[in-house]
Amino acid sequence: MEPGTSVALPNASRGQIGAVASGPIAAEEQYVTFTVGTEEYGVNILSVREIRGWTPETKLPNMPDFVRGVVNLRGIIIPIFDLRARFGGGSTEVTRRHVVVVLQVGERTRGILVDAISDILTVSRDDVKPPPDVDCGLIDQQYLSGLVTAENRMVTLLDVTRLFAGEAVEEIASSSIQIPHQAQA
Amino acid sequence: MTGGYSDDLSRFKQTYFDECGELLAVAEAGLLRLSPQNIDLDEINAVFRAVHSIKGGGGTFGFSDLVSFTHEFEAVMDRLRSQQIGVTIELVDVLIRANDVMAQLLTYARDNRATPPGLTDSAAADLKRFLATVAKKDDPAESAPVESAPPPRPQRRELQRSFVIYFRPKQDLLLTGNEPAFLLRALRRLGETEIVCDAGLVPSLYDMEGESLYLYWQVSLTGSTDEAAIRDVFEFVVDDCQVDIVETTGPADGGEEEAFGLFSENMPYVPPGQLTVYDGGVLPGAGGEQPAAPSAARPAAEAGGAGGGGLGGHTIRVDLDKVDRLVNLVGEMVITQAMISEQLRDVPPGTLQQLVEGLEELSRHTRELQESVMAIRAQQVRSVFSRMPRLVREVAAQTGKEVQLATSGETTEVDKTVVENLVDPLTHMIRNSIDHGLESPDERERIGKPRSGTVHLSARHRSGRIVIEVEDDGRGINRPRVLEKAVERGLVAAGVSMSDEEIDNLIFLPGFSTVDTVSAISGRGVGMDVVRRNIASLGGRIGVHSTPGEGTRFVLSLPLTLAVLDGMVISVGEQRFVLPLTNIIESLRPKSADLQSVANQYDVIMARGEYVRLVYVDQLFRIDNAIGDPTRGLVVLVETEEGGRLGLVVDEVLGQQQVVIKSLESNFQRLDGVSAATILGDGRVALILDVAGLQTMSRQHTNRGARRPPPPAAALAC
Amino acid sequence: MKKKVLTVDDSRTMREMVSFTLRGAGFDVVEAIDGQQALVVLASHKVDLILADLNMPNMDGITLIRQVRASGGHRTVPILMLTTESDDAKKQEGRAAGATGWIVKPFNPEKLIQVVQKVMG
Repeated sequence: MEPGTSVALPNASRGQIGAVASGPIAAEEQYVTFTVGTEEYGVNILSVREIRGWTPETKLPNMPDFVRGVVNLRGIIIPIFDLRARFGGGSTEVTRRHVVVVLQVGERTRGILVDAISDILTVSRDDVKPPPDVDCGLIDQQYLSGLVTAENRMVTLLDVTRLFAGEAVEEIASSSIQIPHQAQA
Repeated sequence: MTGGYSDDLSRFKQTYFDECGELLAVAEAGLLRLSPQNIDLDEINAVFRAVHSIKGGGGTFGFSDLVSFTHEFEAVMDRLRSQQIGVTIELVDVLIRANDVMAQLLTYARDNRATPPGLTDSAAADLKRFLATVAKKDDPAESAPVESAPPPRPQRRELQRSFVIYFRPKQDLLLTGNEPAFLLRALRRLGETEIVCDAGLVPSLYDMEGESLYLYWQVSLTGSTDEAAIRDVFEFVVDDCQVDIVETTGPADGGEEEAFGLFSENMPYVPPGQLTVYDGGVLPGAGGEQPAAPSAARPAAEAGGAGGGGLGGHTIRVDLDKVDRLVNLVGEMVITQAMISEQLRDVPPGTLQQLVEGLEELSRHTRELQESVMAIRAQQVRSVFSRMPRLVREVAAQTGKEVQLATSGETTEVDKTVVENLVDPLTHMIRNSIDHGLESPDERERIGKPRSGTVHLSARHRSGRIVIEVEDDGRGINRPRVLEKAVERGLVAAGVSMSDEEIDNLIFLPGFSTVDTVSAISGRGVGMDVVRRNIASLGGRIGVHSTPGEGTRFVLSLPLTLAVLDGMVISVGEQRFVLPLTNIIESLRPKSADLQSVANQYDVIMARGEYVRLVYVDQLFRIDNAIGDPTRGLVVLVETEEGGRLGLVVDEVLGQQQVVIKSLESNFQRLDGVSAATILGDGRVALILDVAGLQTMSRQHTNRGARRPPPPAAALAC
Repeated sequence: MKKKVLTVDDSRTMREMVSFTLRGAGFDVVEAIDGQQALVVLASHKVDLILADLNMPNMDGITLIRQVRASGGHRTVPILMLTTESDDAKKQEGRAAGATGWIVKPFNPEKLIQVVQKVMG
């Protein structure tokens, strides 16, 4: 992808971005899928703000290797996380062909560096299987919201709200619940 | 309803108005779809709820015109939804117009303007007509006066009264979630109690039902209370339970019956002329009178004011959002223009001459434009100062002091980003002054001071910054005690001689408080160190001057805006950083003979007559390929807001630039040593260094030339 | 352990104000926008007090109170109704449905905290 170019997604209108914060998977949803190494992952389309080609980041001091740095996204400053490094696979040797998926998680905008975009999948709730009980694999269980099979490929669905938390997510009970509601009459 | 508690909740006004916007749209849509042929009860209910919510919120913020009009509107909707009146075309028209009027009332409320008289007359009359057509059995009363904040309890001793209370709860009281134990506890808070429980009706275990109540109580209560307060305890249960209250107060033994004491007010009367008069002409006065929120009537000189009204100024009203957008756009323009300049930097002199000159002129215009635009957003500090009288009154009441607040310089202007951040530090300082600085009225009288202490709040511009002072005429800083505490806490070595000023400034050290029990007022142990840190994070400084017996003066200095910064761009390795110009003293390149090491822990150089510690930025930030050597790179001598000096070891100074400050925290987190970020001419992000933070970091790690510190624990808190 | 309050109101402003006030007084607060959601929350959280507006879509306050009183987990939890000053009929209805008490809207923060503490001890 040409560096600096970006793709906005059809459903990613302002009002819906970040609409799915925490919570269980709804009946049927769309996921943007991408590859990191040989693995394929997906994130809910409603949290994807845009997809960009990789541009050089400004490094941040004293951060773990999966925090690559920050970039200028049309005037706002967002961090870029290396998904490969986050999952323990080492830092990505980045080229201009790599892709950054810009996510909107609640009030925050962040980017994750991945190898390439695969597809947009429509997934129904019934198709999502819970992740197997792996004993501390590379991926911390709490990031996963489930596994789904698409055309003989296994796609790991990621829960974006938990992906970047350094510590366990606070018990929901102690924060106020805002369950998104269709029509606020 | 006057200012009262709306001050505390005023932070929700924007949310309320946002929500009202949505509700108005819902109501309008519902009403437009309503007709005699199309009656959807759900939609009618939705409209009712929308109006109901708008009215509810309006009441909370004291928009009385809105509330009284909406009351009628709601009443009609209520009839409609309970089908007591039918849907006619005329009714729908009236309702649609009522919705419009409600929208207008909201706009006036939001803009803090008085409603034009007669605005609601015809719409309200129309609504009332529909109310009159059906005489409802329990007509809602006229908007009852809204509860005002409870008056402060007088502190003088009151007459003690005695009561006997018989409380016989109904058997299934527990099923309503009421708990007799809590009620009894509440009674005990009213005074001395003697509680006798009557268990005579408790059945045998077999007959007992788990959630039934079989106990009755008789409570003897003596306290400075009254029957109304006792009834209030039983407010929720009184209709279902038997509550008998009998007063038994008589001449007490020993004849100590008190005559009614003098219930003097807690808030002393402040004669006009000793306080700044706020627009609207209301002074914080005696007794339970609440001052109207002084910001309610804003002078026409501020951005706003009636256009064709009586004030006659040449002003227009502008949405703050539009101004913010304008400021941001101009900021972006500054960046873009810098980018273009950058492109031309390497052009050999002489070529493209006209282009270069044109660009320089553009650069000047852009800078001027930016200053003008920033000036639009500048606010008077009055908007912060106006919240202080109420604070002073509360704290004075809580501490039993008598305080007058004087202010000056309210018209001093500063960017709104700074104004918003002033409230907390000022609140802390004023609380401190009243709680700890001022003596009690009796003590003041004894030492010959007026019973009322004075807190003077002032603001002025000085050399491109804003200076705010909080001064009290109290007892001043207790230097011996402060020094003693500091030594005790290990903050200062014993026996070191310190000047008066140095001792005074000890109060800003972390963990410092001369009050042994955390005062409930300045409470939660928020010390002056937190205030200083917050001010420093804004690029400001705070200092204190004190004269024992006479008073204390806090001096706060802040930049005029938090949106832009004059900075010096420096490089370390391949990375570029920005240093705020206000921190920079000078830059130099020492010779190796000038470097000394101290206890093998860190290096120093002599600069301007003192030894200054060197900070190797490349090591602190673990940057590769930096020069890392002050004799081959550069040392930038910087000063923190508190006056400490450091020598930052960098590679090069690249140039001076005004930069637009961008937040790192909004999408990421706070970083040590970094205060924010900006976008340089080439579109790349550069971090803005936090000098005080660098100082702290350097103290935590051995930081010497040619030796790397162990990597700090990477804490990622998202 | 902090006491937990569930505030049920379809007005965002009201929910935010209540949350803000009560959190400042040391309570944990969870929110729901109507009776139905409130029941969902109650099914998975233990709360110590419910503050319910009466006018809400999908399930109004009175119905919610009845449901809570009929349920297992929160049968005797204190429930405070938020009612407007003229709503005497509603007060009776609420009490008949099992409400513990009421707070009149609009209310000031001090009063809210006072009443909440009254029913929570």
